[in-house]
This record gives sequence, C-alpha cells and structure tokens, in this order.
Amino acid sequence: MSTLAVTDEVLVEFARQTVTNSPIAVEGNRTRWDVGGPLANGVQLLKAPTGVVEYQPAEMTVQVRAGTTVAELHKVLAEHGQRTSLPERGGTVGGAVAVGENHLEVLGRGSVRNAVLQVRYVAADGQLVTGGGPVVKNVSGFNLPKLIAGSLGVLGSIVEVVLRTNPIPAASRWLQATGVDPGAVRNAVLAPSAVLWDGDTTWVHLEGHLPDLDAETSVLGDLAGFEEVQGPPALPPHRWLVRPQDVSGFSADRFVASVGVGTIWADKPQPARPQDPAVAAVAQRAKALFDPTGRLNPGRSR
Amino acid sequence: MNLLGKAKDLLGRASASNDPLVDDLVDALGSDAVKVDAAHRALYAHDASVFDAGFAGPTCYPETTEQVVAIMAVAEKHGRAVVPRGAGTGLAGGAIPLGAPVIVALTKMNQIHDVDTVNRVAWVGPGVVNLDLTNHLRPFGFHFAPDPSSQQVCTIGGNVANNSGGPHCLAYGVTDAHVAAVEVVLIDGSVAMLGGLEDEPDGLDLRGAFVGSEGTLGIATKVAVRITKNPPAVTTLLLSFDSVADAANTVSEVIAAGVVPAAMEVMDQRITVAVENYVGAGYPRDAAAVLLAEVEGLEAGVALDAKKISEIGRANNATQVRVAATDEERALLWKGRKTAFGAIAQIAPDYYLHDTVVPRAKLAAVLEQVYEIADRHDVIVMNVFHAGDGNLHPLLLFDRTVEGTLERVHAAGAEIVRASLDAGGVLSGEHGVGVEKQPYMAEMFTDADLDHQNRLRQSFDPVCRANPGKVLPMGHSCADIQSLRQTPPGVWG
Repeated sequence: MSTLAVTDEVLVEFARQTVTNSPIAVEGNRTRWDVGGPLANGVQLLKAPTGVVEYQPAEMTVQVRAGTTVAELHKVLAEHGQRTSLPERGGTVGGAVAVGENHLEVLGRGSVRNAVLQVRYVAADGQLVTGGGPVVKNVSGFNLPKLIAGSLGVLGSIVEVVLRTNPIPAASRWLQATGVDPGAVRNAVLAPSAVLWDGDTTWVHLEGHLPDLDAETSVLGDLAGFEEVQGPPALPPHRWLVRPQDVSGFSADRFVASVGVGTIWADKPQPARPQDPAVAAVAQRAKALFDPTGRLNPGRSR
Repeated sequence: MNLLGKAKDLLGRASASNDPLVDDLVDALGSDAVKVDAAHRALYAHDASVFDAGFAGPTCYPETTEQVVAIMAVAEKHGRAVVPRGAGTGLAGGAIPLGAPVIVALTKMNQIHDVDTVNRVAWVGPGVVNLDLTNHLRPFGFHFAPDPSSQQVCTIGGNVANNSGGPHCLAYGVTDAHVAAVEVVLIDGSVAMLGGLEDEPDGLDLRGAFVGSEGTLGIATKVAVRITKNPPAVTTLLLSFDSVADAANTVSEVIAAGVVPAAMEVMDQRITVAVENYVGAGYPRDAAAVLLAEVEGLEAGVALDAKKISEIGRANNATQVRVAATDEERALLWKGRKTAFGAIAQIAPDYYLHDTVVPRAKLAAVLEQVYEIADRHDVIVMNVFHAGDGNLHPLLLFDRTVEGTLERVHAAGAEIVRASLDAGGVLSGEHGVGVEKQPYMAEMFTDADLDHQNRLRQSFDPVCRANPGKVLPMGHSCADIQSLRQTPPGVWG
C-alpha cells in the first residue's frame, strides 16, 4: 500500500462501514436535513467520525473530522483567538461543508467553499479519497475540495477536512439605522462583515481594531442616526439566493436582505430557478462518474 | 500540392491550403484570424517555462464566444485537441501544445465589458491584461487583488486557468476567491455559465472546479471578477535580518499573533544584492534576509499592525526595521521585489523558478535544505518568496548552453519538490502542475485520489481534447503523453 494512504484507523473503519448492499447517507445534526429534497426510502444512515485531529494556530489551518460540531471546533480555535467561516447553527463540520451555506457575515469571514483546503471522503466504492492539500495555498492538481463542498454528499461521504482559520477580530459591533440607503452604507465603510436591510432599517456589522470601528461608526453617523444594537434582526425562515443587484427591487411583506451578497431571508421559499442545460450536463456526468449506482444520499440533488 | 505545402501570405494569414483543418478554420473565422506561418508555430510551441517545446497546430484569434464555439466544432470534426492561451507567461508548461492542437489565443478578447462598483463585480474578457484591469479600476477606487509578478502582461484568462496568486494574495486570497462566474465553451461546443453572482450559485461548484484547471476543462470566454476597494491606509515595512531563519520565524510569529498583513515577502541576500544592482530599491546589501511586509486598511488599525510586526521582528533579532516614509519609497521597495526576476539576468542567462508550499513553521528548515541541495548539484540558488503563506520560490540560475547544466538544474529541482512534500507541503502554490509537476503527482496523491481528479476532468471533457497531456500523470490522464509528443501522421506542418 502506498505510504500516502490514509492511516487514521477511525476513518478507515468508517470507510468499511459504508460498504453495504444498501444506499447510504451521512447524518449530522439534521439542521439542514431538507436541503436538496427528501431522502429516498431504505437508506442506511451513518454518523461521521468526530474530533479535531491537528490544530496549528500559526499555520492558520485545522484538520477536523466531519462529525465534530462547528461549535466544538470553534471552541478549540477560540482558545487561540481564531475561527472559521463555517456558520454556527448547531450543526456539524461535515454538514456545513456538504451544504455549503455561508455565514451571515460572509463578507468578513469568507465563504465556506473557500475555507476547505483539503477534503477526505469515502467514495461510492468505499475507497478513501483525499483532494486538495493541507496548506493555505495550493494549486496541485484538480480542485476536488471545490467540487465536494456544497455537493450535499452525492459525490462522496465527507469524513475529514482541513479548514482555513482566521483571527477573531479584536472588536466587533452591530449598528442600526432607519431610512438610509443600504448601498451607500456599504460603500461608506471599508469592509463591513455584513450589511442587512429589511426595506426600511439597515444593520451593519463592523469588525476590526477598536479605533477603526470608532472611526467607521463616526462616518456612518454622518449618513444617518446609527445606534449600536445587540445583534442582527431575527431572520425569516427561507433563504433566497439572488444577484446582489436584484436586492433593491425585492419585495415581500417581510424580508431581510444581505446587501452586496444577495442572500435574502423571506417567509416563502424561493421558486426553483431554471438550470443552464450545459451546466446540468456537466453535473450529471460528474454524478455518474463519482457514484455510478446512485447509492450516495439518494433523493438529494443540487 | 504546391511547393510550400500550403499557401500563406506575408502576414502569415492562412489562405487556401492543403489542410482541411485550416480551411475549415478559415471558413469559420476568416483568414485574418487563423495563423499558420512558421513564426507563429515557433512562438506558440512553448511558454515561459524551461520545458521542451511542443508542436503547435494552427493558431486562432477569436474575438467572440461564438467564434470559440465555431473553433470547437471544427476541432471536433477533425478530432483535434485545443489549447487555450493567454500571454504564455506560465512557468509550469501548461500552455505547451501537445498533439499538434489548435491554439486558441484569447488575446483579442480583451474587453472590459462592465464595472459595477456597487456590487463589486467586473465582467471582463479572458484576454484582458491583469494590470490593465487594475489600472482601469483605479479611478473608481478599486483593484483586482491577484497580482502575479507577470501582471504587466499576464491575462485574466491565464490567471483563471492557473488560479494565480501574487504577493498580495496573503490577505485577499488567490484568483479563485475573486472569480464569481466564468462563461466557458466546453469541448462539445456548448456554452456554460459556471457560478454566478449569487453568493451560493445553484448546483455543484463547477466554477470552483474550473478555476486552476489549466485549460483542461474548456475555454473561458468571459469572467465575472470580484473587485476590491482600495484601502485608505497602507504601510510598507522593510525588516533586515542576519539569518533567513530569523526572517522566516518572524513571519510565522506575525501570523500566530493574529495579524494577517496584505503581503509578507522574503528575499535572501543573493537576490537582494542583485536587485540593488539592478534598480537601487534601497535594500540593505549586508542583510542575510530582507522581509517586506505590507499592512492595509484603516489608519489606526494599520498603525497597530505595523507596530506589532516591528516588535515581533525585533524580538527575532531584526537588525533594521524601516517604515517607508513616502509613497515613492513604498513604490521603490515594491519595484525591487517585482523586478527580482529581471535582476538576475546580470548573473546568468537562464533561470528556473520553482514553486512549492510548506507549512510556515517549516520555512526555515526547508530553506536550509534548498541551499544544501543547490550546492550539492553545483547550481546557484536564490530565494525570493511569498513567506506569508509558506510559498517558496527557489530560483535556480544557469546557462543552458553549458552542457549538462539543465540536467543538474532539474535534478536539484526534483529534490526541492521532494523536500517540500516531506515537510508536509504541496507541489505548487500558484504556478500549477502543467507538465512540470506531473511526475510528482503520484508522490502527493494516491491512485484513488488521482482517479477521482480524472473523473472531475472527464465530467467536463469526456473526450480528452482540451489541453491533453497536462496535470495528471501517465496512466491517469486521458492522454498518452509520449504519443502526444510526436507529430501525428498527416498533420499539417
């Protein structure tokens, strides 16, 4: 066997468990269980391995098994003043990577897909596959981490990732004002980590060095009567993904939109959007090549 | 058959020829857009790398997506491969044509279609030059963050193909983080919009798979790049050290302290002296290593970060910490770094620029090995690298006219790659695999890993006609590299 083969006995044992006669799906904490459609009947559910394997703060990377919760991971990282771009919503690292849903403060934290430096997954035939590399910069070969992140587990069952970590800024604050143009707000400050807007009120999240935050707060004060608040507003249940330029024309009884990002939270689900047939053809070929018998997370699709 | 084998005019334009492939391309694009002369074939047979030239078929200069679609149809009819090409500045041989492919030169697709500063996106053609884009964005107060050393000539399409980096990618990320969507002509001639302006476009992240795929998945014809607001405050520091290890340790400790500068570049004494002789950037000639660090953002935070970097530098025995006092001084410090590769021409006529990444904590140890390896192979090595992200760029200097030199350079290079892998690093940080790192892919990945990379490739190009013979090693790639190196029988030439 090649010396490159994965030797972590926990991962090897998990890979063994996936080799069954039935289709399989990996179950995290079910915080986003309905994304991609209902799971088919007769699917064997498995739990991914857990634990932080290696954490080197000076490398700004962490190797973590997929079943670890994001909260547990972030607790370990916080001891060294770091975090990841994964959203904390009660779920697992593997679930967050498989779903690929970004943090509310994506402008400051970066996207989930960009956080995944290396991925280990169990292929449809039970083999352990590694894609990407363990360091912060890497263009060695085809980018399997990008293909797997956000794939809902239909190409392989994610068992471990190496994630990029980032320093937790020294200070942060949420500010709120009404009757101000949210686009002007975004442009008035250098790098807000979120600008939210509900058609009337605008919320801004600032992070960084305290004196910088004070300076930005003062700039915003020239635009409107901003006041500091505890946090973002309550978000309606359904996420819509639109182009940032379409946010200003959005209308609904109740919504919160992320300005400059394009994500909107509303009371109704977003209607399905037509798929580019050429893109669909590539995705179908990928699915057929990675899981020829359709045994991975059947029923789910992107 | 006429004596020339084909008819050409003095501009190299193809007219009626004996090659049905060329005739079909001329029919599709017009004779001005198809070049078949010896000068073009020679020019496009290689890129900026030190590797053996390939064999270029006809070169096409499309100006529209529809013309790229038409080229794909002609290539399919004739069973010919296609190789996209930007400025040809690649250092890993990714644009070297194998199998006498149709060369698709995208330099005429160089329009900046739209700049949206509110949503921070620009739609550009693949032939737009990297620095031209940043210059275009300057009046708006924005820039394109990836800044490879070749940015004065390299194209956005080439940056997408190689997932290019540059000094300022430490804080901002490499090209991948700055590409929202790519319009791609696939090998079957279909046009796919990969990604989108939404934060999480529907479906698999095929955009993410495409960026960095070195022309093997299709041809980018339009790119939506994310543009970055220019920061109001920038401070550049120059720190000098008596050892490369002290410089490397400073870099590690800065990151560990929670400071992520926009750039952290290290130059060893040999390259520093060469640069000083070349442009007089004001670098200290007596320092064993120079660290160039840049912090950007708002004024107060920049001052705090600069102070922290200075303190960490001094704690690691910095002999000098200098802060650029003026914009001119700052520009001069960067001019030195960015012209490093030009500066070495005074020492040797040829260079081979390597590119590997190691964990930051291993920088000092691996550099020591790099010097030892080069000495053992009797090759001059200089080091100038993106220290902040552990991206080494050992520069091997040589004169290829001296018999046996190139072999020694390649032997030293191979050992440097292996030393980086042994330290827990990777094959390439920003140059890509091309033909250069193919032989090492099996040292970083298992057969199963490579098999899955091949499946990714086949999802886009099941017929293996997009830039064949690259990235994946023999036995995994959908191309027989040996046979691609030969001129196919009956091929125009």
